[in-house]
Amino acid sequence: MKKGLHCLLIGAFWLAVWWGTSAAVGLKLLLPGPDDTIRALFRLVKTGAFWLTTGKTLLRVATGYLLGVLCGVLLAAGCFKIAWLDALLSPIRTVIKATPVSSFIILVLLWIAKTQVPVFISFLMVLPIVWTGMQEALRAVDQDLLEMARMYRFSPAKKIQYLYIPSTKPALMAACVTGLGFAWKSGIAAEVIARPEGAIGTQLYNAQIYLERADLFAWTLTVILLSMGLEMLLKAAARRREGEKA
Amino acid sequence: MIVLSHMNAGYPGKPVLRKLSLTFPDTGVVALMAPSGYGKTTLLRILAGLLPADSGTISGIEGKKIAFLFQEDRLLPWLTAEKNVEIVSDSAMAKRWLKAMEIEDVGQYPYEMSGGMRRRVALARALAFGGDILLLDEPFKGLDEALKERVASKIRQAAPLIILSVHDREEAELMGADVVQLDQMQK
Repeated sequence: MKKGLHCLLIGAFWLAVWWGTSAAVGLKLLLPGPDDTIRALFRLVKTGAFWLTTGKTLLRVATGYLLGVLCGVLLAAGCFKIAWLDALLSPIRTVIKATPVSSFIILVLLWIAKTQVPVFISFLMVLPIVWTGMQEALRAVDQDLLEMARMYRFSPAKKIQYLYIPSTKPALMAACVTGLGFAWKSGIAAEVIARPEGAIGTQLYNAQIYLERADLFAWTLTVILLSMGLEMLLKAAARRREGEKA
Repeated sequence: MIVLSHMNAGYPGKPVLRKLSLTFPDTGVVALMAPSGYGKTTLLRILAGLLPADSGTISGIEGKKIAFLFQEDRLLPWLTAEKNVEIVSDSAMAKRWLKAMEIEDVGQYPYEMSGGMRRRVALARALAFGGDILLLDEPFKGLDEALKERVASKIRQAAPLIILSVHDREEAELMGADVVQLDQMQK
């Protein structure tokens, strides 16, 4: 109760800062206030196009994200087990991490359909996060427990089920949560540049071009709310799994 | 018979066993005694096949099934007492040995157990795994005197050959063990 009130007060403070700054600037074209943004958002959510656009963006980002998590786990396991594979692939991981996301977006626009660009970019941003986090977690598995498993003749499947998965789960969860934020932001950025049909990023671009700043803020608010909602869902799912096991 | 001859072993820059020659019978209970640093754990680890000797030979251990109670409990923290034991054997064996070790609440996780309880669960796991040789590194660590006695009576018959490391002679006597004074054998 106290925590809820605390959050509410903090939220109210920042809304007031936003509202005050907007009023001080005095130009809605430059900085619309929270009231304009909320009005624009209510107008948008009443249309079917809003839900279709949001759904399509969600689907693209989720596809890229899930592929990124899956490939990240597989690559981490492969590189952990096979030293030469690690040596061979680690430069790719470094390049992906170091290259600006906009460079990738522009580059892949030449190669794949623009509807697939956000999928690929989300995938590419999540991949090294999960790959690195998971590989480090695999390296950190307790050597004493591994020796115990060897002594008691655990089969490879048993080792994975009872040692590697529980040992690496916290790191994987942390990587998944971090990756989700990156997938969202990079996926939307890819949509802004690639501008596929039915995409939040395309709507952001159009709102900017047509100087509809309230719409721009409303779409941005949608992205933030969805990102927060998905992160909460992911954490809740993890907690529920923990609860079921305990 | 397990025969060790002229065995040297240890860790980089730290020799532990020096020219050790020793014979273990096929059956019975043998207690290794020595002050800390004389290689009780090292010898048990060599017998378990977890540590290679630097030189010397060992024979008579090939093909034997060995259960090892580590000096640390090494329980899986995310599994209950029952599951920690069941994982190396089956449900019936797990129940039998947990009962023998007087573990009543088998649904507890290691972080919920006392040190003595964790030790007994680790013992139950080694006993449930079974084998021709049972290697026990300080099996009575954290147990009170009365419990030591009851636990020792259950362990004694658990494998044809039991080799354990102990700190005091009373623990060796509880197990009815032949004592090998490891420090005196390496002089």
